[in-house]
Order: sequence, then C-alpha cells, then structure tokens
Amino acid sequence: MTPYLAIIGARFRMLLQYRVAALAGVWTQVFFGLVLVMVYEAFYRSARASAQPIAFAQLASYVWLGQALFAMVPWNVDSELRAMVKTGAVAYELCRPVDLYGLWFARAVAQRTAPLVMRALPLAVFAAVILPALGLSGWRLTAPPSLAAGAAFAAALVCAVALACAMSTLINIVLLWTIAADGVVILWTTAVSLGSGLTIPLPLLPDGAQAVLRWLPFAGVFDLPFRLYTGALPAGALASVLARQLGWTVALVLLGRRLLARGLRRIVVQGG
Amino acid sequence: MIDALRLYAHYVRASVRGQLQYRASFVMSAIGTFVITMTESVAVWALFERFGQLRGWTLPEVALCYGMVSISWALCDALSRGFDHFAELVGSGDFDRLLLRPRPIAFQLLAQELTLRRIGRLVQGVLLLGYAAGAIDWTVPRALLLVAAIASSACAFLGILVLQATSAFWTINALEVWNAFTYGGVTMSQYPLAIYRSWFRALFTFAIPIGCTIYFPAVAILGRADPLGTPAITGWLAPLAGPAYLALCLQIWTLGVRRYRSTGS
Repeated sequence: MTPYLAIIGARFRMLLQYRVAALAGVWTQVFFGLVLVMVYEAFYRSARASAQPIAFAQLASYVWLGQALFAMVPWNVDSELRAMVKTGAVAYELCRPVDLYGLWFARAVAQRTAPLVMRALPLAVFAAVILPALGLSGWRLTAPPSLAAGAAFAAALVCAVALACAMSTLINIVLLWTIAADGVVILWTTAVSLGSGLTIPLPLLPDGAQAVLRWLPFAGVFDLPFRLYTGALPAGALASVLARQLGWTVALVLLGRRLLARGLRRIVVQGG
Repeated sequence: MIDALRLYAHYVRASVRGQLQYRASFVMSAIGTFVITMTESVAVWALFERFGQLRGWTLPEVALCYGMVSISWALCDALSRGFDHFAELVGSGDFDRLLLRPRPIAFQLLAQELTLRRIGRLVQGVLLLGYAAGAIDWTVPRALLLVAAIASSACAFLGILVLQATSAFWTINALEVWNAFTYGGVTMSQYPLAIYRSWFRALFTFAIPIGCTIYFPAVAILGRADPLGTPAITGWLAPLAGPAYLALCLQIWTLGVRRYRSTGS
C-alpha cells in the first residue's frame, strides 16, 4: 500500500502548485454557476413550480455542488499519460516495480481530489455565504435539510470519489489503443457529461431518460450524492446509492485491469 | 491589403493541408465536437419539454439565439488559435520570432491556423438555425441582419481572445479567467438576454458585447417587441458593436506588445 500512498501524495503536492490557475478556475465556475442559476430560475418562473420534481432552492444547491465538485467528474483523460503514450515514455511506467493499474489508479486519485481542495471550498464559501450577503439568498447553496442527509451525502461522496477514479483509470487505459482512443474518449465525455448531471441536472430530464440514467455508473459520481445532500432523495436511500456506486466501482476496476492486461500484451512502444 | 489577403490564403492552405495529414484524427474530433454540442442542445430541448416556455420565449426563438451564437463562436474559434495559445508563445520565448517578421503581429497570429475541426459546432449551429427558421417571417433585410449579427458576434468573441492574449504579457497563469467570457458568453447567449438580471445584462451589453450582438438582432429578426423596451432600431444597429469592440481590443493589444520583454530563453 505504501508506494501507492506515496504516489498519491507526490502527485497531490505537484497538482497543488497550480494555485493561481485554481483561483482563475474558481472565478469561471462562479460565473457558470450564476448563469445556470439565473437560467433555471427563469424556467421555474415560466411554469408552475409545484409541478417540478425538485424545488428551485434544491436545484440551486445542486448547481453549486456541481460547480464546486466539477473537477471530480472523470470526463477528461490524464494529459500527461496521453503524452507518455504518444512519445513512448510509457515504457518507463512499465519498468516500475509496482502494479501498473494501482499506479494509474493512484494518479487518478490525486487528479480527482487535488483540485477539489483548492476549488470546492472557495466555491462553497461563495455560494453559501457571499451570495446571501449580496442579497441573492434565493440562489444560495443551502445546508442539508437534516444531519442524516448531510451524513448520507458525505458517505456517498467518498464512494463517488472511488467510482470517479475507477472511471478515470479505465478511460486512461483506453489511450493505449492510440488510434481508436480519440473516438472513444469523445463518446465517453458525452456520456459522462450527460449521465452525471453535469450538462443538465438529472431531475430535470424527461422521466424516461432519468429511469435509465439512474442505474448507469455516471449518476453515482454526481447526481446521486447531490440528491442525498438536497434531500431530494431521502437519507434512507443511502444503502441503495452505495450499492450502486460500489457495484460499479468493482465492475469498472475489473474491466480496467482486464483491458490493461490485454493492452500490455500487444503494446508497441512508439519512438526510439 | 490584397497582398495581405494573398499571404493569408497561403497560410490557410498550408494549415489545412497540415491538418488533413491526420485525416482520421480530424474527422474524429469534428464528429466529437458535433456530438457534444448536440447533446447540449438536447438539454435545452429537455428543459422546454418540462417547462413549456421560457418567460414568454418559445423553443424556436431560443434556437435562433443558440444557433447564432454557436456559429459565431465556431467561426471565431477556428480563426483565433494563434491568440488562444498565445501564452505558450510568450512562455517559450517563441514570440520573439514573430517580432522579427515584417508583418503586423496580430495578422501573423490570425494566420497561424484555421482550425478545421470547429466545423462540428458550426454544423450544430446551422441545424439550430434551420429549426428556428420556421418561426421567422423572412425578408431580405432580416436575412442580411442575421449574417451581419453572426459576423459581428464573431468579431466580439475575437476581441475577447485578443484581450486574453494581451493579458499573457502580464501573467500566463490565470488565463482560465477568460473562459468565463468566451465559453460563458456562449452559454449565456443561448438564452435571450432578457431573462437575466440587469447587472448581468449590462456586463454583456457594454463590457463584453456578446449579448448585445446576438440578442438585439435576434429580436429584430423575429419581429417581436423587446421585453426590455428598447426601440425597434436597436437590433439593426447592434451589429456595429462587434467590429468596434474588436478595434478597441486591438488597440489595447498594441499597448501590451509595447511592454513585452522576452523571457530570453
């Protein structure tokens, strides 16, 4: 376990160096959050609010959680790994005396959590404290309705990180097939953005689409923890959420390991 | 001027040839951009499916705004790679080479690449306009206004990217700040400006005129009264804002170039 923890630690510290970039990112997320909240508010004022599956205050919290935890969504590949595959430097990765899947999973853990440390807290402060101070309390990130909802969210969030890392590692492994990777990554990004609730909060999609998306792995990263937070899903649903998250995590880890083993059997390192 | 155009055409030919060397990669990323942008428009459709209308605006009317902004951003994005990646030139010191060439620097940056894969978003925008077209009572002046508004918005977007490049003379760390205005401008202009709060409308009318160059012409093309109460002539004058903004941004750019000191590496 120690080498993997060391890798997470080293990557984590490296990613924490980009503080100004993170601050710029916070500003952009604040901006997008404001646009989305204003758009949804306008939609809610255009129809009977009581007919909606989720109250506007809950939706505003959903939007801000999404902005705060944006970096956790495994929609993109690890650009350093992509460069390694392209230049042939991936050969060094193969020489390391650790399990390659474990190594890449550890990289993914750092990639998905380091930005959270720098981005999530400032965004939460903006959405929960500064917005009400500006007289926009209707748009704010509200606290979970109960202690149970907060605890359920915390538990689901931890599993969401594990699931996101399993997804991240899987898509990074696909990069080994350099030629087909571009297309797969595009489809992946689309599926993740739509299925997680990043493009549009899942409760606002047509009911038929929701019924399907709820069972796919993508919802476990974003949508399900957010619903627990806002109380749109009762805290009692936690067991079902965790079962889905952990079930998908195990399945994706096994799939990732298989793909990696196959990829390594046929890999030809580029460059000389 | 003719000479500059001929040189630009030369650069574009070289850039296009270069990109077509990796044909599979080009086709894949063009299709990818199309798929991703179409998913975003499906999300807007889903919102209308649930809520019916948006403060009195129908889906075809919103599709007009959305199509206009998609096309103008795709055009700007295809032309502006030199400005978008300018920080890398400053960081590496390669900018010095541009300073030595006997052509305006803004011209050289514009001529760096014509990014073909942006065609994915262009196609999405055209499809949206096609969907919106049924709701419009077309006249020749309105069709011309549509073209002018798209060109004008592309100029306004280019202006933002010129400012982004200018800021790289001061810092190359915080460029993501500008995404709020480019990608944020695209997102917010998908919907009519009238649905936003007044401070937000003011920001996107005067400071960053993307809202101005999309929304007011769209109101005129649709032939409806502006809920914001502006006179009918506004939409016909709004396209002037884009080129004027670009000219202003290029002035600021010149100031930035003057204070440039090479990294020396």
